[in-house]
Amino acid sequence: MASVIKLHVNGTLYPVTADPRASLLSVLRDQLDLTGTKYGCGEAQCGACTVLIDGHPRRSCITRVGTAAGRQITTIEGLEQHGKLHPVQEAFLAEEAMQCAYCTSGMIMTAVAFLKANPSPTEEEIEHAMEGNICRCGTYPRILAAVQRAAQKGTQS
Amino acid sequence: MSADRGPVDARLAAASESATEPERYEFRAPAVHHFELQRRDFFKFLGAGVLVVCALKQVAVGQESGARPPGGFGFGEPLPKEISAWLHIGENGVVTVYTGKVEIGQNIRTSLAQAVAEELRYPLGKIELTMGDTQLTPYDMGTFGSRTTPTMNLQLRKVAAAAREQLIALAAAKWNVDAQKLKAVNGRVEIAGTRKSIAYGELVAGQQLTAVIPADDPLIPPAQWTVEGRSISKVDGRDFVTGKHRYPSDQTLPGMLHGKILRAPSFGGTLVSINAPSFDLADNVTFVRDGSFAGVAAASEDAAIRALNSLQAKWNEQPQISNSDLFAYLKSNPVDATGFDGAQKYETGSVDKDLAAADHQLHQTYTVSYIQHAPLEPRAALAQWSGNTLTVWTGTQRPFAVRTELAQAMHVPEEQVRVLMPDMGAAYGGKHTGECAVEAARLARAANAPVKLVWTREEEFTWAYFRPAGVIDVAGGIRSDGTLVAWEFTNYNSGAAAVRTFYEAPSQRIVFQPTRYPLRQGSYRALAATANHFARESFMDELADAANMDPLAFRLKNLKNDRLRAVFEAAAEKFGWNRAKPAPGHGFGIGGGFEKGGNVATCVEAAVDRESGFVKIARIVVAFECGAIVNPANLKNQIVGANVMGLGGALFEKIDFANGRILNPKFSEYRVPRFSDVPPIDVVLLDRKDIPPAGAGETPIVGLAPAIGNAIFQATGKRLRSLPMVPNGLNRA
Ligand code: FES
Ligand code: FES
Repeated sequence: MASVIKLHVNGTLYPVTADPRASLLSVLRDQLDLTGTKYGCGEAQCGACTVLIDGHPRRSCITRVGTAAGRQITTIEGLEQHGKLHPVQEAFLAEEAMQCAYCTSGMIMTAVAFLKANPSPTEEEIEHAMEGNICRCGTYPRILAAVQRAAQKGTQS
Repeated sequence: MSADRGPVDARLAAASESATEPERYEFRAPAVHHFELQRRDFFKFLGAGVLVVCALKQVAVGQESGARPPGGFGFGEPLPKEISAWLHIGENGVVTVYTGKVEIGQNIRTSLAQAVAEELRYPLGKIELTMGDTQLTPYDMGTFGSRTTPTMNLQLRKVAAAAREQLIALAAAKWNVDAQKLKAVNGRVEIAGTRKSIAYGELVAGQQLTAVIPADDPLIPPAQWTVEGRSISKVDGRDFVTGKHRYPSDQTLPGMLHGKILRAPSFGGTLVSINAPSFDLADNVTFVRDGSFAGVAAASEDAAIRALNSLQAKWNEQPQISNSDLFAYLKSNPVDATGFDGAQKYETGSVDKDLAAADHQLHQTYTVSYIQHAPLEPRAALAQWSGNTLTVWTGTQRPFAVRTELAQAMHVPEEQVRVLMPDMGAAYGGKHTGECAVEAARLARAANAPVKLVWTREEEFTWAYFRPAGVIDVAGGIRSDGTLVAWEFTNYNSGAAAVRTFYEAPSQRIVFQPTRYPLRQGSYRALAATANHFARESFMDELADAANMDPLAFRLKNLKNDRLRAVFEAAAEKFGWNRAKPAPGHGFGIGGGFEKGGNVATCVEAAVDRESGFVKIARIVVAFECGAIVNPANLKNQIVGANVMGLGGALFEKIDFANGRILNPKFSEYRVPRFSDVPPIDVVLLDRKDIPPAGAGETPIVGLAPAIGNAIFQATGKRLRSLPMVPNGLNRA
């Protein structure tokens, strides 16, 4: 049953009262009002709910909030630093890699984690890394271009 | 939509010629509502300034007054009741535009603002669009059918141009100079060649001016119509990459509860009994049963799920037909009705005679399965009551129709219902209805608190509606030189859009036959056009094969329409149709057509792995022309998106159902296109500045499925006549 769980989200510590078995997604959205993380399927199939836990991309829809206690959680809201967008966010804007943009936060979070692990990937590697994220609007080619652009920016700087 | 009521044959004939033929399965709306706001109410609400409204064509405004200012619009007259959009320039220089259209990912918030910015000579970033709010925006039938660009874009251009003229007239009066000497630049009116200028906001201070322009004013002749055709990024793009934008499912209110609905085990199930549940007090649960509707609202989603799971219900179920019987069922269950709901038939020449006399004749049957839109954001609604007044935030393509649905379901007058539509996570024709809004409203009334309801993916897959399945019989006759002489085409159930052929055939019999059908069906991105093009363009390939002709040459031989010829030729040229030869195991295919004012031709290279039967699309070239181009980058995005989505319906998307249950209501069981499915997609845009723009959200999808089927045929000799073509790979197709 409900207990107090300490969540570190985007650098802030939040004590939340929740059933440890509840999904991290529902706690982020409903208790912390961090609605940038989206629900799309609830079965780890679409990637809309992707957040970083200790830097790794995780599906918050199937992550029990109890297991995230005490770990560093980053959501889409935490990427911008002092008014400056993350290079991946910039790249998505520059490539207009969105239509309805409902998939966008999950795409960006997945790409951020991936580029951190693999700063100069090939196109196939990007495709492979992003395969678990669905864009129903079909913006895939631009999303690929955005990740490539961010990778190039990253290796230049 | 009075054209819908004409004699059936005339309707079909008009359908093939008119750019904006209504899709059969687009839910039709009642006549336009009367808009109640008075002129002074506008200014009370918006503040002083200049107001320009666009009146729908039913009302003749300002025609008889004779006292029109030089700008050519009505001035200071009573406002018309039926309005399509309005624009207000306030003393603070804020420009607000109100339209009942909604943003569903097609980027009209940007393209409409762009239209206004260009005509008004005003910075894009300072224009606010209020969209799809039934209390604030004029009535709108809905955002679908690719109608926004052909209608609203032009109307807003005219509204903005009229506002600009009025600002110039104001400045002319203020400075007592000839209006000819003035021009509007970047939010200011200036005297040409001098430094004297004044900001719009200053110019309108203290004014309460209204102008009315008729929506059907003869348009600026398209040739003179200056479309800048610039590409600009999404106006609020930053809110999307930072997660700040609030979609319908992200809306919250203080004290809000979370709802869950108890679903019947199969379609049409009726609730016989339900246990009187006892809930955890801490969960603050409200339980509602109303006929066969049962649901709960609770303090958290988690608590709502617990409460839902504790319910024990008995249902009465009906036996229903299954996937395996589907096509036989459709063909043997015609609906015998008249008027719009009945069969539509077009006939010319003597089909039977010409078919019999042809050198080659062919008969084939094609089928299309039920598929689901599966927008990534499922249906969502937040409902709040205050006394007998209801406010609902929800994701829908038709906020005004949802308002009607709510009023009827909740037995309150429409005036007491307000529907707001925050820019949502897509729809593709799948969110015309208000089920979720009604459910949330019902729970909220019982709970006496705001209730949010977000459908699960399974609910969205099951309880939304589907793209209709269909069976299409085609027969054709050709002379040995490849001239088409007879054409017969019957579509059962999937729809009449684009059912007519654009190829020349002296004898034709074309029928759309509505049938009874097992699943709830409705609009889909280019729904019937996709099925009809698949059958027609696959069959054209089969005829070309029979005539031993190149598929493109065969099409061009039987095609007179210039715009279509142009896209076929452009696609083939870019693709290298006549130059390149497919590698072993690869095949080239072509398909194209015309729908909703857009012309498309698609070339595909498909690669088939002989061993596994796995089909991979190696590349796609799409040539598209829909008149003058408004925003090329966005247009390309739409075309690519339509084709990526089209890959799913062509290759593997299919709803499996049995006895009233959906068997694959999950992304793990219903495969949608992913990154690795997407080949390079080359888009060739043909810009026809002499033709007013049509929308592009749908038509670019229609050439893809037949082009793929035709490419697979060339690669393997295997002809696939059912959509999806290879749900389990080619070997089991
Ligand atoms: S909602 Fe978590 S992966 Fe789809
Ligand atoms: S942009 Fe709509 S789902 Fe990706």
